[in-house]
Amino acid sequence: MAPERELLLQVQDLRVHFPLEEGVVKAVDGVDFEVYRELTLCIVGESGCGKSVTAQSILQVVDAPGYIASGQILFHDHNQVGATQVLDLAAMGRTSSQLRDIRGRDIAMVFQEPMTSLSPIHTVGNQISEVLELHLRVTPKEARTRGIEMLQRVGIPRAEQNYDSYSFELSGGMRQRVMIAMALSCSPRLLIADEPTTALDVTTQAQIMTLLRELQAEFKMGVILITHDLGVVAEMADEVVVMYLGQIAEQGTVDEIFHDPKHPYTRALLRSIPRFDFEEHDRLESIRGIVPDPFHRPAGCPFNPRCDEKLEGRCELENPPVFNLGENRAVRCLLYEEDRALK
Amino acid sequence: MKGATPLLEVQNLKMHFPIRTGFLRRDTSYVKAVDDISFEIEEGETLGLVGESGCGKTTTGRCILRVLNPTAGAMMYHPRQGPVVDLARLSKGELNRYRQDIRLIFQDPFSSLNPRLTVMEIIGESLRVNLGLSGSELEGRVAALLSTVGLRPEYSSRYPHAFSGGERQRIGIARALALNPRLVVADEAVSALDVSIRSQVLNLLQDLQDEMDLTYLFISHDLSVIKYACDRVAVMYVGKLVEVAETRSVFLAPQHPYTEALMSAVPRPDPRFRSQRIVLEGDVPDPADPPAGCHFHPRCRYAEDICRVEEPPLQDTGPGHKTACHFAGNLQLAGIQR
Repeated sequence: MAPERELLLQVQDLRVHFPLEEGVVKAVDGVDFEVYRELTLCIVGESGCGKSVTAQSILQVVDAPGYIASGQILFHDHNQVGATQVLDLAAMGRTSSQLRDIRGRDIAMVFQEPMTSLSPIHTVGNQISEVLELHLRVTPKEARTRGIEMLQRVGIPRAEQNYDSYSFELSGGMRQRVMIAMALSCSPRLLIADEPTTALDVTTQAQIMTLLRELQAEFKMGVILITHDLGVVAEMADEVVVMYLGQIAEQGTVDEIFHDPKHPYTRALLRSIPRFDFEEHDRLESIRGIVPDPFHRPAGCPFNPRCDEKLEGRCELENPPVFNLGENRAVRCLLYEEDRALK
Repeated sequence: MKGATPLLEVQNLKMHFPIRTGFLRRDTSYVKAVDDISFEIEEGETLGLVGESGCGKTTTGRCILRVLNPTAGAMMYHPRQGPVVDLARLSKGELNRYRQDIRLIFQDPFSSLNPRLTVMEIIGESLRVNLGLSGSELEGRVAALLSTVGLRPEYSSRYPHAFSGGERQRIGIARALALNPRLVVADEAVSALDVSIRSQVLNLLQDLQDEMDLTYLFISHDLSVIKYACDRVAVMYVGKLVEVAETRSVFLAPQHPYTEALMSAVPRPDPRFRSQRIVLEGDVPDPADPPAGCHFHPRCRYAEDICRVEEPPLQDTGPGHKTACHFAGNLQLAGIQR
């Protein structure tokens, strides 16, 4: 890992709340992380842990009634002259022109469901050229040329013809390629991919992951990859953030997370996946209980009712702070209280 | 316990769906969802059926349950008592007595439970209809089933919405087990569950198999789950079986290039195995218009002229190992590394 890595995005103490009739759901509850250029940050967790909401809040596309309650999302914008401008995306209005300029141009997103996120009544070309014409102010003719180039780049066969086809005429893998072509058409500096391969078959997933890695190197992008699949994390990530109930449980490099997991949740998660090196019919270890529902969060550490290494009398009372165990290595667990100073 | 007595022999099963076009809605062509497959399920074993979407694995499961009426082929079922019957030829009435023996666990725990029925009604329905149970007898059986799958019996008056995904899947399992079945078809039974819940349900399925002498047909696209749960594995590609063998030999020494590629495509939860994969080009072909010869040849890196013309039959290529490839045994294929 080169020491001169370039900071792209800094998320600080992000909180996203959903005021509902039954009460306020704190979907994201104090999350900090950093994204660097040319590196991939994976946010991993089970459903309901707040990983997708975290990703959506960066571009403020969280579904209503969710809103950013507090925190900063600092985007380091380098202009051509080399000067750096730091923009706080969280402070911008949801519909402000400043944020709309950034969406799709500097920061782009790829969603999970390529069928529902592409419009069925516009051709693929329509949808790509819209982005180009809006952000780069090119003529429709130029947009078409660039759009076709993008489709070729993401490996769509007969790009010329497929430019004029509709999303339902394409296979799942091809649709996801179109999504990626759209996202990358303005050469963004940061790509947020929310479960980009979850709806795809394994062989198609392998194609898309290879493509994403190639494009990342080519466009020198930072990537935030949201996934629940630890296999995808091991494959793609440089840095990993493990989330549980809206908080970061643990953070570190991919090797640290897989070979030296610290948080009891990460360890339990790694033990509970069926691995290829298991003997047939070995028993899987599982995490007891279920993810608590957001209206009945346990007091103290959110993981304490399911934790095997719980400290009686402490974990059910105090929510541990984040302990820093080195550069970009942090864990939110009282077991490491003595190890390192508070972050 | 895992004897070599077959429970179900599927012979040359075909399920073709007609495509009707034109004013007269004539059958113009067929989607060959399942095209001439044969395999056996032995008593007490777990057979995994694996493949990508559209390969026909779910259709196969549905044919066995006679949710679909197969176009051709036989499904010879060996009942507890009485002679062997062909499930494909039985009439609806004759089929009823065997329906108790073969049950299904569905994929989606949210849409497979009726939201207007209580858990008691959901699980008790088959007991009421088939065994004529009612009153406290019925309640006792449902309570016992609930505790078998690890749910509290007092929950039986609740509705499905009060349960989490993992708990609902347990309700679905209890419903499938209510009539003491022999064969359970688990169609992607753990695919919709989170990692930590998935391992609980997999362990439960295994415990139940030991307790109740169940045989499973385990349909899944997830190879790591198949590796964990199954004794033998059948790999499907575009309506055909390409390889059938014991789990261990499929994973360590695959003989079909598709199996090799499929296994190398699975992301391993270990950064050391990064990018040691074979990336297949292109997409799974349309089962309405599959390529000539071996269906896999356009994506196969070992394909030669014969593969484009002649379709390889599924034949013995080792002890308990069947492969449909012209070059089976002559290729150096990589299994999974440990």
